[in-house]
Amino acid sequence: MLAIDVAGLVVDYGTVRAVDGLCLQARKGEVLVVLGPNGAGKTTTVEVCEGYRRPTAGSVRVLGLDPARDGKELNARIGVMLQRGGVYPAMTPAQVLALFATYYDNPVPPGDLIATVGLTRAAKTPWRRLSGGEQQRLSLALALIGRPEVAFLDEPTAGVDPDGRLAIRAIVERMRDTGVCVVVTTHELAEAERLADRLVILDAGRAVAEGTPAEITAAAPAPGGQSAASGVRFSAPEGIDTGALGAALGSPVEEVRPGRYRIDGHDGDLATLTAALAAWLAERRLALTDLHAGGAGGGGLEEAYLRITAASAQSRHSGNGGSP
Amino acid sequence: MRALTGQLRAELGMTLRRGESVLLTLGIPVMLLVFFSTVHVLPTTTRHPIAFLAPGILALAVMSTSMVSLGIATGFERGYGVLKRLKTTPLGRGRLMVAKMAGVIAIEVVQVVVLVVVSLVLGWAPHAQIGALVAAIVLGTTGFAGLGLLMAGTLRAEATLALANAVYLVLLLLGGMIVPLGKLPSALAGAARVLPAAALSDALHGAFGFGGGIPAEAWIVLVAWGLAAPVAAAFLFRWE
Repeated sequence: MLAIDVAGLVVDYGTVRAVDGLCLQARKGEVLVVLGPNGAGKTTTVEVCEGYRRPTAGSVRVLGLDPARDGKELNARIGVMLQRGGVYPAMTPAQVLALFATYYDNPVPPGDLIATVGLTRAAKTPWRRLSGGEQQRLSLALALIGRPEVAFLDEPTAGVDPDGRLAIRAIVERMRDTGVCVVVTTHELAEAERLADRLVILDAGRAVAEGTPAEITAAAPAPGGQSAASGVRFSAPEGIDTGALGAALGSPVEEVRPGRYRIDGHDGDLATLTAALAAWLAERRLALTDLHAGGAGGGGLEEAYLRITAASAQSRHSGNGGSP
Repeated sequence: MRALTGQLRAELGMTLRRGESVLLTLGIPVMLLVFFSTVHVLPTTTRHPIAFLAPGILALAVMSTSMVSLGIATGFERGYGVLKRLKTTPLGRGRLMVAKMAGVIAIEVVQVVVLVVVSLVLGWAPHAQIGALVAAIVLGTTGFAGLGLLMAGTLRAEATLALANAVYLVLLLLGGMIVPLGKLPSALAGAARVLPAAALSDALHGAFGFGGGIPAEAWIVLVAWGLAAPVAAAFLFRWE
């Protein structure tokens, strides 16, 4: 059975259509990351699944239940991590977890959970005096305490230090390995790539790409009509003469972002190309600070994401609706 | 049941740890009671001001707990996203509200005990009708809690804080709690009589045998607010 099955979801806020015919599925034992620019409909979609909002149209099933109708039954089986707040400011992590433990039939012992999320030293500090990262860890612990079958984590690593990110990633992986369906919304691409079994990219309330990180990277449209995977990408000082470099290499060069370049349409020997690139830059005393030659991954998701969302925005403006 | 008792314990713990709410629910009523019953500056029309003051201050105590303290705490919980977070736990909104009301009643029991003991020490000799007393306090609590939750569920937390305190002050003066309504200009007294504060203090005065029985209009006003305010709160309350 699918843990989450969203079909044809439409959510309107007054005259604004926040979600526009979205389909989304997630299984148990899977980490689904929902990516997208601000206003893409990520939080709205997740809040419909959590039972906070009613859909304008479409069907939403979480563990086979309708969140708008079966909230009482569903609340015992899901865990929710809100983006901000949600905790009594005067309560300490130990107190809040002890309180939440009374809500569930078979809670994780609060003491164990405090150790798991790394809050042992802050266990007796009121919420309002915790750091941003500590507050995030406590919010995550509150999502876990009821041993959920589906966990919704909204921006779980926002404001968290590198140690905390490692801890949160380990917790998410352990949940997945014990059969939990974990839905993470984020706009941090690096985090998304590390966490996700599957990714859905939303734009303007629609899913514009879906698949594993590698599939999305490979399938992203490139300007030359090729997939992103076949290009060579490098970093160098911004504003180099891409026309001259392209002529020297025999392949067009594009500055995709300041200081970030890609070579398209290259079909010759990779060794010759990279040597020629390095030589051309060295002659001009320009440092080559990063190089990815072919293949998916290696920072590819970021570029794929930018291309997919840009293509989606373009097709919206040209008036032919959304992308598939 | 475990969730309900857990929530009730948490609600009470937070209330008792908030200095301003202890000041509001116990400190101020006790201070007013002691001050005005020993310093005879009020036009209470009686040789024993405590006989007028004790029921009035009990009405004030009920209002401070069920409207001001409950409203402000709930308003901030809504502002901090606590109510939103609790919505997706098995506690549910029903049990949250039951825990909050049980917390209000528990605080009121403490208030009644403290204020009655202080009043007896100050020479109070009441003839209480327990049934009418309990009915008046329950109706008053329901109406004031409805008003507090109406503010908490529709306004920003800071606005609830300001408005609840302003209404508290106005009703303290127009509620027949320390100043008898008969001493107010008649138009003002007439307006005050349809407000829940005056109705509650009238009912409590009557229930403690001060100035005859409980006027029927006090019951009518108490019942009307006890129904209208919670219903309005239930319909207009926004959880986020």
